[in-house]
Amino acid sequence: MDKKKHKISQFLAHFRGWIQAVATILTNIHLPNFFKGEIYRGDAKTVCVPGLNCYSCPAATGACPIGAFQAVIGSSKFKFSYYITGFFILIGVLLGRFVCGFLCPFGWFQELLHKIPFKKFSTKKLKSLRYIKYGVLLIFVILLPLLVTNSLGMGNPFFCKYLCPQGVLEGAIPLSIANASIRAALGKLFTWKFGILITFVILSLMFYRPFCKWICPLGAIYALCNKVSFLQMKVDEDKCVSCGKCERACKMDVDVTKHPNHTECIRCGMCIKECPTEAIHYQYGFGTDKTNLKENKGE
Amino acid sequence: MKQINRAAAQITLLAAAILMIGYGAMRGEAATVLSKAIKLCMECVGIG
Repeated sequence: MDKKKHKISQFLAHFRGWIQAVATILTNIHLPNFFKGEIYRGDAKTVCVPGLNCYSCPAATGACPIGAFQAVIGSSKFKFSYYITGFFILIGVLLGRFVCGFLCPFGWFQELLHKIPFKKFSTKKLKSLRYIKYGVLLIFVILLPLLVTNSLGMGNPFFCKYLCPQGVLEGAIPLSIANASIRAALGKLFTWKFGILITFVILSLMFYRPFCKWICPLGAIYALCNKVSFLQMKVDEDKCVSCGKCERACKMDVDVTKHPNHTECIRCGMCIKECPTEAIHYQYGFGTDKTNLKENKGE
Repeated sequence: MKQINRAAAQITLLAAAILMIGYGAMRGEAATVLSKAIKLCMECVGIG
């Protein structure tokens, strides 16, 4: 059983890049729409995708959960979204930040950029910036769309409008290339958002996943679910030799042996790959197993 | 977090999530999501 767990963990950790590629394609399955310059308009867009993926991407399969949340609370009919909040809790409990590490197209995009040879910097001394994303969630996703409304009681999706670089990357750029009328309509707001995208492209060359670490409100929601998620990281104390290789390998700046289910852990499995004694593995299910695990002894 | 506490939290949250999704869909939120998602989001692409 233990061997099987390790095999599955090793498989996921080693083939993560391929899983990210497949997840990105499944999240954007209507590829011919890139050439048509229009978006998919089918019923599947009633359902949200787990990662940050703009619904104005021509190929988008489903709705963006952050965009959908703002659309509901910013509408004149509703002031709270049970539908999307339930979705956040469901995905958070089933997978936690595994979504960030394996299923999010924008996370994968930043990782690919980080592979480009460039001077790399550690974010260990920038840990306090992690808390910005909770502020973004509270202010730009919840409070502003809810409270700043027009005469009809409708609010703007402030995060999508002013901060999200994914709308420009997946929506504005491909649509404006294929569609002349959209190209003609782009103005100052596009320039601002394009600037944000370029900023994060440059930051991603230097830092590992800067948007995920510091800004992403979806990552903030899943981070809050990491400790109660079915998917947990486990460190077997009997096998751990305290060599510190896992901590050095972690690009999310998590001390894996002390806090295996830290809010910043995106379950990328770099610690699993690096561990010389196979002491770290994924575990899925209720509670934990009975082996000598760090998590069972309290953090 | 202890095993029993985590399991209790997981069951509670899972049940709450399913109920919330069902209730939200019933009161018309899913239709609002669909109507937004099938139109070009002007704010997302930077038109305004």
